Amino acid sequence: MVNNFSKYRTNTHNDWCAGCGDFGILNSIQMALYDLKIKNHETVIFSGIGCSGKTPHFINTYGIHTIHGRVLPFAQGAKISNPKITVIAVGGDGDGLGIGAGHFIAAGRRNIDISYIIFNNGVYGLTKGQPSPTLRRGIKTKNSIHANINCNIDPIELAIVSGFTFVARGYSFDMKHLKNLMISSIMHKGLSFLDVIQPCPTYNDMIFNENNTGSNEHSSQSYYKLEDTNYDPVINKDDDELTQHKKLNKIFMKSRELGHKIPIGVFYQNNIIPSYHDRLNDIMINYDMIPPAFSQISDQNNNTTADISKLLDEVSLK
Amino acid sequence: MVFDHTWMIGGPQGSGVDTAANIFATVCALNGYKIFGKREYYSNIKGEHSYYEVRLSNVKVNSTTSNINTLVGIDAETIIRHAEDVVSKGIIIFNNDILKVKIDEIKTMDDYFNIRLKKYLSNKNKDFSVHGILETAKDRKVLLYPISLLDILTKIPKLTCRNYNSYRLLNIIYVSLSLAIFNVPFTSISDVIGKIFYSKPNVIKHNVEISKLAYQYAVDNFKIISNLKLNFKHDMLIKGHESIALGKIIAGCKFQSYYPITPATDECLYLESKKFINKNMVDEVTVIQSEDEISSICMAIGSSLTGVRSSTSTSGPGFSLMVESLGWAGINEVPIVITLYQRSGPSTGLPTRHGQEDLLFAIHAGHGEFSTIVYASGSIEECFYDAITCFNLSEIYQIPVIHMVDKFLASSIITCNKFDLGVIKIMRGKLLHDVNKDFKYKRFEITKDGISPRSKLGQHNGIFWNTGDESDEYGHITEDPLCRIQMMDKRISRLDLIIKNIPKSQQIVLHKLNEYCIISWGSTAGPILDAIKMLERINIKVGFLQIKLLQPFPTEYVKSSLCDVRIIIDIESNKTCQLGKLFKQNLHRDIDYYILKYTGRPMTCTEIYRSLKNIFNKTATKEMILTHGK
Repeated sequence: MVNNFSKYRTNTHNDWCAGCGDFGILNSIQMALYDLKIKNHETVIFSGIGCSGKTPHFINTYGIHTIHGRVLPFAQGAKISNPKITVIAVGGDGDGLGIGAGHFIAAGRRNIDISYIIFNNGVYGLTKGQPSPTLRRGIKTKNSIHANINCNIDPIELAIVSGFTFVARGYSFDMKHLKNLMISSIMHKGLSFLDVIQPCPTYNDMIFNENNTGSNEHSSQSYYKLEDTNYDPVINKDDDELTQHKKLNKIFMKSRELGHKIPIGVFYQNNIIPSYHDRLNDIMINYDMIPPAFSQISDQNNNTTADISKLLDEVSLK
Repeated sequence: MVFDHTWMIGGPQGSGVDTAANIFATVCALNGYKIFGKREYYSNIKGEHSYYEVRLSNVKVNSTTSNINTLVGIDAETIIRHAEDVVSKGIIIFNNDILKVKIDEIKTMDDYFNIRLKKYLSNKNKDFSVHGILETAKDRKVLLYPISLLDILTKIPKLTCRNYNSYRLLNIIYVSLSLAIFNVPFTSISDVIGKIFYSKPNVIKHNVEISKLAYQYAVDNFKIISNLKLNFKHDMLIKGHESIALGKIIAGCKFQSYYPITPATDECLYLESKKFINKNMVDEVTVIQSEDEISSICMAIGSSLTGVRSSTSTSGPGFSLMVESLGWAGINEVPIVITLYQRSGPSTGLPTRHGQEDLLFAIHAGHGEFSTIVYASGSIEECFYDAITCFNLSEIYQIPVIHMVDKFLASSIITCNKFDLGVIKIMRGKLLHDVNKDFKYKRFEITKDGISPRSKLGQHNGIFWNTGDESDEYGHITEDPLCRIQMMDKRISRLDLIIKNIPKSQQIVLHKLNEYCIISWGSTAGPILDAIKMLERINIKVGFLQIKLLQPFPTEYVKSSLCDVRIIIDIESNKTCQLGKLFKQNLHRDIDYYILKYTGRPMTCTEIYRSLKNIFNKTATKEMILTHGK
């Protein structure tokens, strides 16, 4: 089959391990962009460091492979200056929740309209399998010396309390489901978070097994889809304060759900909290009409177009 | 005749010292005096000792001196700390209540100072008391102007006097007393009060009434010290951080991210609060307060990738955090401007004090090898033009620019001519507004001059990739050894281009050349220029070469400028002679004398004058460490 989303591909050699969960995520991003008919040049993929950091090089859009833990600040700076671009930020669980955890929380408080995808495999793969912040305590991965002595962070729960307004979990080998989550997250006006469970076939091969018959350490787990239940993740304008409160309680309960079957799908969608774009537009007069990237700063003779005479009056002695 | 008078007001932080000094400086400037003012304060919100010196002259002044002509103490501590600097025939204005204050009981007076003070007073056979301090001043023929605040305050009608005990009221009293002895018309005081509190009519009314009472009190009780009639018309009275911010606005900087830090925050808040006109529309700079300085620089880089002139401002601790990302901007050839307001380090150091300690750090910031420009401004006026130059250089050479300023520049104030906007050009280098669709765009295309056409995020046909890894011409990761050479050479080669292309006058300011010649950088230029003028009055001539472009270092130009110079004197505000090291490394030439200061207080022209005189009198040591200032 000729991939109809091939225009979102580059010819760059992909050096991920065979069987890596990253492939499913990469394909889902390309399929989502295709389905949404987003123009290549109007899309920017930002990434952190690690195997997932290479993602932008495989996608034929603007691709900005940044430094470890800082993908969100780069992405936010770009989106604030040019709100017309579609910004997708990707990174590993160590990148986003270890070294970059401070930015994760701060980004939540802003609610800038970008989609952030964490490739969650529980290990630092590219440095040969050290435990990451999402690996549960007591679990020993293939290359680690001891079982993990740290407790894990739940990315879903952290995203909700941090203020992300769209929070979902996907599974890298359920690409159709994942693609749909990506479409929803890109469409959402505000900061979206997508926690994608994926195996690292080399260091932490945690493949979900729908029949619970797996033989490796993690495969006793399987998943179910939230949309197959009567779970309601959406907080709307029509919800009164009490309803919002009740819904939020249920959402938190769901994010903390334990057991062999992990929920995937949309956990939380808040349509009330204003995006950062709207907040900036409230405090700045022409932000929406002329955001920084569309503002001219000089004329054809290279003279400045900024007129500061009022400001000079304030410091003048006349 | 040269008129040179330093007025100083001091008081606890939060007592309105800053406002008082601003009123004083503005009124004096309106009355024709040339002004240089400087603010000193502790890292504290309320209570610690802060002071503001305003130097008045009929010639241009660029620094403060070591002397005080009029000392005004809102509290006892100001008198205790500064009385010894008041010159013969100078004046001390104080509330006579402070004679009752016991020095030991002032909690903000530290033991280190008190021990030195005890020694000083016992050497002069005086008591360890305010009285003893005033006695030493009297012995030097200092005029004491005790006032009775109670007398003035009781004359204030009860209704307007709700803040009877408030310091906020005292500052107006002291400033009005001072201005009366300078014989400035009262109307100019009330005008300035009106301008400063323009949004609060009640405050204006209240302050003007109090001011009038104090002014009259001084007229009745004190001798007038200046009858100078000056006809200068200055255009502006401006602070360093305002000058930089205005430069950024003119340069077209549309995005600034920052994390709160002294003394960079003032500039950011100024930018955030001001509106201007752009193409007949109200315009603003998008100012974002980020979660830390790492985020600040990353956001600025992200913004710059969209083709926006972007900047961040910080001081040493913040810049330390930014360094990894600086390297990313370097390898990806992203133009950004980092305004680095130096203060005393290391670590938190003296967080509200001055220093020039980050030169070598700025030059070497980042692992691996990449190109940056390090550019230093020497005066408040230069800050404006240089801020614009930095953005131009940054875009022309697609390179991060570190604009070095400091706390001294940031919080000083000066009278100067209106900025000449006619000389300003916005040069954006190879930024593309259209990309030819017939060729596949390569962001890092190998070109003759080593600089590639620059697309921006969102641009049609201009798709590119960036990575912190070594990359090929498209921006995709490569570990090919020959490609590595090509790319490394491309990035580093622009340093030669910069030296070749930047006008010489923007690389170095050759103030004067003489057998004895000073080299320096940054804000120390101010006190140096004033010290040189002082020496000229006793017929000693010293040259001065101010280096603005510090990376890449203009070795050949400096070398040729100094070829006839016999004695080189390096003056800078740090311990380890950082410019001296850079100079020696590049010119293979020795420095003859060092004049250094690292107390956190800027050099005064008096200190530099004395040290230079010692050099001429052959009584100087190779390294002279300056200590003046409280």
